[in-house]
Amino acid sequence: MATLKVNGKTHEVDAPDDMPLLWALRENLELTGTKFGCGVAQCGACTVHMNGEAVRSCVTPLSRAAGKNIVTIEGLDDVIGRRLQAAWIQEEVPQCGYCQSGQIMAAHVLLKEKQNPSDKDIDDCMTGNICRCGTYQRIRKAIHVAAAMK
Amino acid sequence: MEPTSTKNKITARTFIYVLLAIGFITAVAQPFQKKQTVKKVGATSKPESATNSKTLEESKQAFLKAYTVFMSPRCMNCHPTGDVPLQGDDSHLHAQGVQRGPEGKGIFALKCKNCHQDANLAGANMPPGTPDWSMPPMKHRMVFQGMSPKQLALHFKDNNFTGFKTFNQMIHHVETEPLVINSFIPLEGRSKIPMSHEEFVKVVKEWIAKGAAVPDK
Repeated sequence: MATLKVNGKTHEVDAPDDMPLLWALRENLELTGTKFGCGVAQCGACTVHMNGEAVRSCVTPLSRAAGKNIVTIEGLDDVIGRRLQAAWIQEEVPQCGYCQSGQIMAAHVLLKEKQNPSDKDIDDCMTGNICRCGTYQRIRKAIHVAAAMK
Repeated sequence: MEPTSTKNKITARTFIYVLLAIGFITAVAQPFQKKQTVKKVGATSKPESATNSKTLEESKQAFLKAYTVFMSPRCMNCHPTGDVPLQGDDSHLHAQGVQRGPEGKGIFALKCKNCHQDANLAGANMPPGTPDWSMPPMKHRMVFQGMSPKQLALHFKDNNFTGFKTFNQMIHHVETEPLVINSFIPLEGRSKIPMSHEEFVKVVKEWIAKGAAVPDK
């Protein structure tokens, strides 16, 4: 049994300690905004925040996540999160949308650490999140738009 | 009673003789003074000049054995020439576009500890882990990649390269640093280092104890 604090709520999850967090989020807590892409931390679709850092939930066992502050795309409700949401809508970023929750979670860390990122900063941060539909240019634009929002 | 001028001449002459005598004695005594030795940081207890050629050769051979560990992917992958860590037995550029970052801990959403956790993860090609998983920081890159045994040995004797003040610190590092120890743990999907951790520590100690000799090439 693992105690998880997700999006501000505490949950008791009946699952073994080595279960990937991604499984617990999607199957046990029915928070399906976070996606399975590769299962080996290569694509970034499973990105969530753990104590403010972007971790790949497909390789994060519950033993690591227990007791930490987990935020998924459903719970990204702070100022930066709302700006990113607005920018993503304004720029019509998603195509299929599958990778986008991971993209936004990664972008959130960027804007938290650098309020006005350059294109290179965006490249350096976002390079680990893959988009098969190729929405990279819109993602970049949306990050700049979010950064410029007051 | 002597005239005053003569008395003054005698006094001056005496003074000059005394000065000359002091100078002579000082000059003669120089070779017998104990030379002040400057403590060479990182030096072994035994100066190289006092070590015979056989021991120095053994020291070189010990380093050449340790070199196979330093240059194995398990070590060299985190000591590359660039700011992207290497990955796998073929030392390709690490996936996901991760970078060293100023502190050697990655940057933004791609920090090392985001995926590399406190312990190794089971399964082929899953990220290994230690509590302090990271690369050397930018100010102290400690590049191994591309170095010959001679170059690497010379660098290890340079405090600016290693960040160690003494060889004892280097020994402590190879003996106890979790990142080093973890490299010797067999994991699915990565080749083993060609000796055990105990053997590695032994040859590093031998290299240092026998004069930290620099290989010829």
